[in-house]
Amino acid sequence: MIPQQFEYSAPKTLDEALGLLAEGAKPLAGGMSLIPMMKLRLAAPEHLVDLGRIKELSYIREQGGELHIGATTTHHEVESSALVRGKCPLLAETASHIGDVQVRNMGTIGGSVAHADPAADYPAALQALEAKIVLKGAKSERTVSAGDFFVDTFTTALEPGEIVREVIVPIDGDGTGTNYQKVIQPASGFAIVGIAVRVRKSGDKVTMARIGVTGLSNRAFRATEAEKALEGRSGSPAEIQAVAALVGQGIDANSDLHASADYRLHLASVYAARALATALGRIA
Amino acid sequence: MATTTITKTEKLVGKRIRRREDPRLITGTATYVDDIKMPGMLYASILRSPHAAAKIRSIDISKAKALKGVHAVFIGEDTKDAGAVPCGASLPGLRVPHHNILAIDRVYLVGHPVAVVVATDRYIARDGVELIEVEYEVENAVADPEKALAPGAHAVHPQWPDNVAFTFHQEGGDVAKAFAEADVIVKQRITSQRLIPNSMETRGVVADWRAADRTMNLYTSTQAPHLVRSLVAQILGLEENRFRVVAPEVGGGFGAKIQTYAEEILLAWISIKLQKPVKWIESRRENFTCTIHGRGHVDFYEIAAKRDGTILGIKLKLIQDLGAYFTILTPGIPTLSVLMMPGLYRTPNISADIVGAFTNCPPTDAYRGAGRPEATHGIERMVDMLAAELKMDPAEIRLKNFVRNEEFPFPTATGLVYDTGDYSAPLKKAMEMAGYDKLRKEQVEARKQGKYMGIGLCAYGEICAFGPSPATPAGGWESCTVKIEPSGQVTVLTGISPHGQGEETTFAQIVGDELGVGIDDVLVLHGDTQLVPYGIGTFGSRSTAVGGTALYYALQDLKATIKKFGEMLLESDDVTFAGGQCTCNKSGKSIGVKGIAAAAYRAMKLPANTGPGLVATHFWEPPNFTFPFGAHLVVTEVNGETGDVVIKRYIAVDDCGNILNPLIVDGQVHGGVAQGIGQALWEQAVYDDNGQLVTGEFMDYTMPRAHMMPWIESAHTITPTPVNPLGVKGVGEAGTIGASPAVVNSVVDALSTLGVRHLDMPLTPEKLWKLIAGRNA
Repeated sequence: MIPQQFEYSAPKTLDEALGLLAEGAKPLAGGMSLIPMMKLRLAAPEHLVDLGRIKELSYIREQGGELHIGATTTHHEVESSALVRGKCPLLAETASHIGDVQVRNMGTIGGSVAHADPAADYPAALQALEAKIVLKGAKSERTVSAGDFFVDTFTTALEPGEIVREVIVPIDGDGTGTNYQKVIQPASGFAIVGIAVRVRKSGDKVTMARIGVTGLSNRAFRATEAEKALEGRSGSPAEIQAVAALVGQGIDANSDLHASADYRLHLASVYAARALATALGRIA
Repeated sequence: MATTTITKTEKLVGKRIRRREDPRLITGTATYVDDIKMPGMLYASILRSPHAAAKIRSIDISKAKALKGVHAVFIGEDTKDAGAVPCGASLPGLRVPHHNILAIDRVYLVGHPVAVVVATDRYIARDGVELIEVEYEVENAVADPEKALAPGAHAVHPQWPDNVAFTFHQEGGDVAKAFAEADVIVKQRITSQRLIPNSMETRGVVADWRAADRTMNLYTSTQAPHLVRSLVAQILGLEENRFRVVAPEVGGGFGAKIQTYAEEILLAWISIKLQKPVKWIESRRENFTCTIHGRGHVDFYEIAAKRDGTILGIKLKLIQDLGAYFTILTPGIPTLSVLMMPGLYRTPNISADIVGAFTNCPPTDAYRGAGRPEATHGIERMVDMLAAELKMDPAEIRLKNFVRNEEFPFPTATGLVYDTGDYSAPLKKAMEMAGYDKLRKEQVEARKQGKYMGIGLCAYGEICAFGPSPATPAGGWESCTVKIEPSGQVTVLTGISPHGQGEETTFAQIVGDELGVGIDDVLVLHGDTQLVPYGIGTFGSRSTAVGGTALYYALQDLKATIKKFGEMLLESDDVTFAGGQCTCNKSGKSIGVKGIAAAAYRAMKLPANTGPGLVATHFWEPPNFTFPFGAHLVVTEVNGETGDVVIKRYIAVDDCGNILNPLIVDGQVHGGVAQGIGQALWEQAVYDDNGQLVTGEFMDYTMPRAHMMPWIESAHTITPTPVNPLGVKGVGEAGTIGASPAVVNSVVDALSTLGVRHLDMPLTPEKLWKLIAGRNA
């Protein structure tokens, strides 16, 4: 890699990092997106603040009935954590689909959500989980819902000087089933379409349905029409098909070399059906 | 460390011996071009055109020159006298564009080198590149060969407005009569898309000019170091004997490193200008846009046959996308496709017309298979379509038309002489391994359940071991020097230039068996023009068949000398040399290679007509090509919901003649199959109408990865060639040639129930889904 010259800081504390960021420096987490852009000189930050040595940003802990995951926790750590696998299996499953082993060893949850690539995997799961994202600036800290966080392609609710400090996901009790299904763009490993499903049943009725979608459009979103259509139903195969068909409804779908808009919408429906069926089947 | 065994009796050829190259590669201690550092070395970075077609109005290098650390900036005008990128292929009436090493007044592809910045480190050099201001007058470009040939297309080179670089006609037999007498004629347009060769190591050059000695040392990631030396020395007017080219560890080539590139000439030129060593390492982006590409065919086939399936003749109109200029073999590659267009079949009548089209793209040239994958894809698709037309089983029609065993050596309608073959053997073996009849029954059942299951066959033949010198642009022989050192250890200097093929191992096996020494006592050296007398290099599955034969004959010379010393030392004229020992058949006394080597160098006494030392050099000219063959059988299932292709079984039965090391042959087959599947399913250089490469990064260009590969069931039949004494034919490209038609035939078979008779590569899920969903493809 032959980037433009830049200054590099690797602070050990969050306060120190936030101080540098307040002065206009750019944060570097796992570097899985920023470094390739610097390699091509599409990004040329003057000052990089490496968050990787800040121990207080790397953790997975259970707290107040939720899981708190520090920003620099790697995909591999999420994927392999017994705590995440036990308490929030959708997040661990989603992490296991990201990129390849090398990417999962380097990439971080905070970096992924802050970058907000419209084809990233995590945002689908975070939408379905109604996750909370804690944003920290030098003098402020605020919590934003995933729904409000992902604004547009590469655009989030982050203000200049703020970083993602942690991601908070719920711990679902019995009666909940989840699944992440992904159509892989074979060159990049990103999602052509990714569908994260979280459903709860009581008796024969679906009492809650959450469907997070990535890759289909400019940002990850929740397919609320489809969710509503499933709630109150039993989740029969015919219902699943009908619900899945609603996932892409009204969406201005992406079109590129790897999938036209029509094909993406079709895949969204096919994979939503698969994810719904799997998630419903997983309800304990 | 090294165990001194010197003599041994166990045969090495034919054993699965692990590659002796691997320890340095897997411990990271190999020396690639970028590992070379020299005192005072400078770094070059190249400014490349962002436009596919433009006039250069002005170039302002003042800011770049003013940057601290920049030693020099050169533009095309400076390098006018430094010559042009060479092409070795010649055809009647060929229009050869002059491709200066830096653009002079116009650019004709994205990535065309425009200027070079030389600085104290690679970061400054790259910063300097960004400070150069070029004013372009952008023109319309043409990136598609059929569009380039259409009237009114943008002229890639203004002097040739039709974009035709050459036309070429070849025919054999009486094709008009064959088509007139045919019961059935099948026609199809078949493309073989442009591919981007990607070796793990990109290209790279270090040039080190020593004015006091008038010597040039050029380290370059190449497959053909001697060729680079002869050409660059000639182009720059340097003395060839003082021009040393070293191919250090080369991290893959696949044909894209046979060429002599602009950067090799440019770096040597810069080193002379600045009197400093200078390095350039190609970025991956440059590799995608500026190194040669492969394939790029649009073929129009017609095949004529009798009702019983007997093939009477084949016609081919071939449009070759040449790119904007030529590298070493560019215009010659499609002629190889024509030579191999009959495949393994007895087809007595052929006619072929090639049109070479200029486009605003990088040159196409040899890429693993080089012309033969395209030819095999064509004939194997046509034979399948013919079988479908005649409602014959694709295996039956192949078995019916194969050249028969008793017909070898078999003269083809294209003027070749196939050496040996038993063409039905690998096909029958593949069918037996697959349980072909049972599979066909399973397919009937699967179809009843609405599944798209396909069974695809490919019976491929290839032309290898390039090759007799008259048929090659730069000589087709190979050389080898073998030295038995005074210690009895053996040093081999070969003219081939392996970069992953494993000849440091297989050649040591040959030496071990011929001289009766242990494999650890043999060192195989290559890739240094100052060490190796001369050589042609590694490409076209030639290294073992041609280079190995040169080695074999050098060893025979040495064995004769060893025997003479044995006779003298044992004082007998009845001596046998075997297992590393000269033994007197009367007295039973013996002396080993080590003792003989010591005596030969000490030279207290010499045999009659024999000089001291144990060194032999052999230059071997092959009498013919070799023609490996094989059959691949692929079972696929296409997902009706998504169009995804799953390869359920991949069976490869290859016949490459005798096998020196089955482990290495397996590796070659696996790698080749991966590349062939890559073309069939994923890979494609996509250009937009402006000549911009859309698939210019690994983010968009789908290279096959380990997890995308099926399990390969590999087997062999063995039909030795009489062309060389080793009986080896070559296997480096076989997998690539066999794989793409086998996969495509399988998928077409899967979708044949929908009326599909042909599909062009790559078989992307969306393409198949559209067919299945009944939409317009």
